[in-house]
Amino acid sequence: MIDILVKSVFQENLALTFFLGICTFLAVSKRVETALGLGAAMIVVQSLTVPINYLIFQGLLVEGAWGWAGLPEVDLTFLKLICFIGVIAAFVQILEMSLDRFAPSLHQSLGVFLPLITVNCAILGGSLFMVDRRYDFTESVVYGIGSGIGWALAIAAFAAIRERLRYADVPDGLRGLGLAFIVTGLMSMGFSAFVGVSLP
Amino acid sequence: MRTSSLHHLTAPLIDNNPVTLQMLGICSALAVTTSLDTALIMSLALIGVLAAASTLISLIRRHLPASIRLVVQITIIASLVIVTDQLLRAFAFEISQRLSVFVGLIVTNCIVLGRAESFAMHNPVWPSFLDGVGNGLGYGLILMIVATIRELLGSGTLFGMTVLPLTSDGGWFEPLGFMLLAPSAFFIIGGLVWAIRTRNPAQVEANDFPIVTQTAEDQP
Repeated sequence: MIDILVKSVFQENLALTFFLGICTFLAVSKRVETALGLGAAMIVVQSLTVPINYLIFQGLLVEGAWGWAGLPEVDLTFLKLICFIGVIAAFVQILEMSLDRFAPSLHQSLGVFLPLITVNCAILGGSLFMVDRRYDFTESVVYGIGSGIGWALAIAAFAAIRERLRYADVPDGLRGLGLAFIVTGLMSMGFSAFVGVSLP
Repeated sequence: MRTSSLHHLTAPLIDNNPVTLQMLGICSALAVTTSLDTALIMSLALIGVLAAASTLISLIRRHLPASIRLVVQITIIASLVIVTDQLLRAFAFEISQRLSVFVGLIVTNCIVLGRAESFAMHNPVWPSFLDGVGNGLGYGLILMIVATIRELLGSGTLFGMTVLPLTSDGGWFEPLGFMLLAPSAFFIIGGLVWAIRTRNPAQVEANDFPIVTQTAEDQP
């Protein structure tokens, strides 16, 4: 259990080793506060959608899931993409509405980031990896939380570096996006140092 | 008319490249570039999905209420990706295994949704199709460049055929294992962005904090 958690936060960091959610990662990392907000939204959404998608996948899509209805041969796994993206979009929408209703102050700070999350490949990627690796329910909960934290950690650290970089004097063509790529590369090298870490 | 429709096809190749200028679709651009054949298949899949999605969305653009357009677009894209995924599994099973989840991730690839939203929603079918193909090609071009560098220097091969004989097989080339790891892709794309922007200075981002040399009047 702890192994999956540590692995998903550090060794298999979604942003830095699988390049998931890099578009948002580069676009929303100009300031530390916004990066933290997006990271928090990401942890919430990721740790809830991965288990929900697990339940939907096991309950409706996997081969034999319709056995109780007399259709044991039905195999709907090819529908998983469209189901997952639907679940994510619907979930983000519900989360936004319920935050608006019950926790307006939280909605104020988190709200702008929620729509961005729907198109974040890290969320969909997390769900697809969960299916690919055949996690069970508890493992998928842990994996969701861990990968969310990992992504948030990466974007917060990256934003902090970028804030300082604005004062650096770099060649014209490299300023902005080019430098951002190279810094991400360096961070990714740093995180690859965690690969050797294994817990008993 | 002729030149302008050709423009939709060629502009995204270098000058308005979706990856290096518009910052779209980077997620999947990096993970599949350790070898040329996965990069090629991925580019073909994306060009197909992008062209078809742009065409379909442009066809129905007048009947699409603004409030549900995102949902409809995502549904169209997801269906196309499922078709592509199934085709790959049927005809190129081995490669589809190596691409693992990344074919599925075309759904959230921002290029597809980005082009649908910003171009196909406002333009007729034929330019939208060309725009889709053009942006797909631009994406493919970056993917192929990165994959060529990584495969050649990382394992001494191109498309799996030996180009630089490795020392382990009695040749002279010591492979750079680093090229097969994740960070190298970031460095290569960073370098490409630099190269393109040096060639085309209009794309250089504004400097928020220019360095001002102190003059004599500033001194107290």
